[in-house]
Amino acid sequence: MTLLTTVFAAVICTVIWYKGAPKSEMKVGVLCWMYWGASLMWLVDAIFEYAELHEEYFTPAPADMLNDFYLGLSVVALGLVIWLIILLVKDPKGVVKAALFRKKN
Amino acid sequence: MACFLVPAAEAVVTTIATKVMKSKEANPETVKVQLDGAELVEEEKIPFSRKLGWLNKLLWGGSALLAFEHVWHGEVVPWFPFLTAASNPADAAEMLHEMSTAGVTMAVLVTAVWAGMLIVSSVIEKRAKKALPAES
Repeated sequence: MTLLTTVFAAVICTVIWYKGAPKSEMKVGVLCWMYWGASLMWLVDAIFEYAELHEEYFTPAPADMLNDFYLGLSVVALGLVIWLIILLVKDPKGVVKAALFRKKN
Repeated sequence: MACFLVPAAEAVVTTIATKVMKSKEANPETVKVQLDGAELVEEEKIPFSRKLGWLNKLLWGGSALLAFEHVWHGEVVPWFPFLTAASNPADAAEMLHEMSTAGVTMAVLVTAVWAGMLIVSSVIEKRAKKALPAES
């Protein structure tokens, strides 16, 4: 469930990035890299788990599924927070700078 | 248990390599390409350091989110020795086994996907050059 949630987040971010490309004013690319990186790593985790559990892997207990989904959502939220910090620090549109330094008339 | 440490270690190495490469790279080569099939525009060819940056971002991003998962499961703690499995030899052995199997596979898969991206980008670059009308 965590893998699935992250893959969906990665796909949505990639579509948003593609729509805005080649401009990257919102730095959506950061989110794409982060979510795809995590998805690939969780894919490996899933393969190892499947090798251990076999068909049981596809029939998780509802409580486990809910916990994994909760984790997946938390991971997506953490990714968004990291992205927001990078966006505000790099400030590609100069919004933060403009808010900090007002023009003197 | 601590599988994310392997791709994180790779990320450290590739980040250093990127910084070194960036400082040694000369001015990027410029090529004329048709981006939207209409006008010819002069674009800079992506230097290898930037392509290596893609791998950095994949590795750092993935490792950060996986580290959070380990915190969630109580496998990483904010006090010494930081990894709960490191507190006794039996768990430590299991952790090292997981790092050498799942951790290494994660690093290899991410690197393989990045290598695939390099091949695809090189093919796109070559096609863009070939599609150009002969310069008079």
